[in-house]
Amino acid sequence: MCEWCHTRAPRDVHTARFEPATPAAAADGEEEHVSVSSATEVVDPVPGAGAPHLPRQPDLVQLLTPEGERVAHPEYAIDLDAEELRDLYRDLVLVRRWDVEATALQRQGELGIWASLLGQEAAQIGAGRALQPGDMAFPTYREHGVAWTRGVDPLHVISLFRGVDNGGWDPVATAFNLYTVVIGAQTLHATGYAMGVQRDGAESAVLAFLGDGATSQGEVNEAMIWAASFSAPVVFFCQNNQYAISVPLERQSRVPLYQRAAGFGFPGVRVDGNDVLAVLAVTRAALAAAREGQGPTFIEAFTYRMGAHTTSDDPTRYRLASELEEWKLRDPIARVKAYLSRSGVADAEFFAAVEAEADELAARIRRGTTEMPDPPGTAMFDQVYAEQTPHLAQQQAEFEAYQASFEGGGH
Amino acid sequence: MATQTLTIGKALNLGLRKAMEDDAKVVLMGEDIGRLGGVFRITDGLQKDFGEDRVVDTPLAEAGILGTAVGLAMRGYRPVCEIQFDGFVFPAYNQIVTQVAKIHARSRGRLTMPIVIRIPFGGGIGAVEHHSESPEAYFAHTPGLKVVAVSNPVDAYWGIQQAIAHPDPIVFLEPKRRYWDKAEVDTAATPDPLFASRVVRGGDDVTVLAYGPMVKTALQAAQAAAEEGRSLEVVDLRTISPLDLDPVVDSVRRTGRCVVVHEAPVTLGLGAEIAARVTEACFHSLEAPVLRVGGYDTPYPPSKLEEEYLPDLDRVLDVVDRAMGF
Repeated sequence: MCEWCHTRAPRDVHTARFEPATPAAAADGEEEHVSVSSATEVVDPVPGAGAPHLPRQPDLVQLLTPEGERVAHPEYAIDLDAEELRDLYRDLVLVRRWDVEATALQRQGELGIWASLLGQEAAQIGAGRALQPGDMAFPTYREHGVAWTRGVDPLHVISLFRGVDNGGWDPVATAFNLYTVVIGAQTLHATGYAMGVQRDGAESAVLAFLGDGATSQGEVNEAMIWAASFSAPVVFFCQNNQYAISVPLERQSRVPLYQRAAGFGFPGVRVDGNDVLAVLAVTRAALAAAREGQGPTFIEAFTYRMGAHTTSDDPTRYRLASELEEWKLRDPIARVKAYLSRSGVADAEFFAAVEAEADELAARIRRGTTEMPDPPGTAMFDQVYAEQTPHLAQQQAEFEAYQASFEGGGH
Repeated sequence: MATQTLTIGKALNLGLRKAMEDDAKVVLMGEDIGRLGGVFRITDGLQKDFGEDRVVDTPLAEAGILGTAVGLAMRGYRPVCEIQFDGFVFPAYNQIVTQVAKIHARSRGRLTMPIVIRIPFGGGIGAVEHHSESPEAYFAHTPGLKVVAVSNPVDAYWGIQQAIAHPDPIVFLEPKRRYWDKAEVDTAATPDPLFASRVVRGGDDVTVLAYGPMVKTALQAAQAAAEEGRSLEVVDLRTISPLDLDPVVDSVRRTGRCVVVHEAPVTLGLGAEIAARVTEACFHSLEAPVLRVGGYDTPYPPSKLEEEYLPDLDRVLDVVDRAMGF
């Protein structure tokens, strides 16, 4: 987790021990994290060298290998200019820093819980950056990277995990729905929203996020049936991070997830979820098809949850350390850095600037979190209904009177 | 002529039609509601006149109906979902309770959920399992939802329009065994508010509360009681959540006795909540404990037994006698 994120070279990777996060370990990691700037070296040793590649997957779309080599794909291509490439790298680094900072804040008691995206940055940034302003996204509760691409303030996500609210951002203004915690429920909302887009005659698309575990949910299957039946402009973006908390993919599906789409009657694509370029290319294409009236696509972003399910989880109880080590070598950020460095798109100054920006972001998140006020007690009554009922108004009045009765009473 | 004789079913049909004419964002969704007009024909003819995009024959998936309704509502539509029978609402229960009910609060008012969930409810039609249930307490127990139960064609005609125009999600319960009951409906009248109970028969001895299909039963009981010289006041609650108990409290303070009638099992049913509230508000006026007449705490029985299970005139009068005996 924290320990891993500032591992800089295979040399370290092979000697690093993965340890369950403990408050002590996290505190150490946090200290080290602040003091170490991994981007001061322009070219890291090639991260994926010697690493086993992903299991044999003839259908895996990949445009950037773990070693940072651009490769061609017969169906998907992407042509980004230097600035766009640098922006993607910046996105990846900043959301990882946000995520690491949030994990540390949880360990220090500032957040109730945190659902880490560590390892899934490329899947989320690639998908998020594929969206156009008029598109709408329906996240699970781990899509911090997508939130970032929609301009959601990290503190508005943090406030949820601190227990201040259920997400502080405006889902309409950001075109990014609030997090949905009940697994898979949002895929139906996305499909219904897409049916509304159809009725409006709008040329926009909807991106529904889900995980590998969610594919077992009835509601997700209903969503795909509806999307197919109505040819709704929705793209199902499944981050297969290999585990539903502790349960591996084999318990959810006996076929590769992307192949499920065929049974519903629309295309399924498997993309290297740690390859931001491939994810961006594939998601752009699927969203474009949806906007053009070609109906849904199912994208399986093949990735790995490098951290725990949430800060309450202990992955050492169900995963082998060797598996994690293997995936570290497919790191979504290191390969972009290697590519940018080698191709001359970015230099030491750029990497240092991004690192400095990440430091600033982390500091802002930390400060904003610790200074975040608790909501007033009456907040729980405020928005239960658009038109509050007399009964609830009476309960609120009783609550306020009860609270007021303690003023000066030493409560 | 603004006044016509309508069944509850036809009144709902006309009310839906009016709501669709008034607001192009109203979309009906459900199983078999289009070509067939619904298994009870409540949406008869609407798809023909409003098209398949506004009267949607959905896949056979109740969670899908409610879940996609959420998305349509987010996009500015006003979905009216038909659940074919009360017992089939449970596949959609997750969406209703965890999503529909909570999204306004979750979003701190940034998203509204003007969704109407129409459910034909209650027994008495000789049906097989899952077709005769009274699930209202589950929804009344859920913050964020409002629950309405109509008993007559006038409330059916106006209530469905008011529910559709309302910004909060509403579970709209239709008394399926009364769909064919008729009354005069003045479609030019000014309707009563949706969330208000109504005294439908005056009386002095016992206050009898009912909603949906049991209002008729309560009125029959009052008629029979009157022939025996006993005067029952009958209140049609009309709305289950929020409960409008002001007229009830006024009545019970006068009569000193209160009986609640519903088809749902009595344990933790609406009667339990009403008894608690009426007791608190009328404690010093009560001559007897608030009593309940309802379904037994059994699964809804096979139809050959439903007459024994359901409250009827005699069971209501029996409990009225008990109330008078204190």
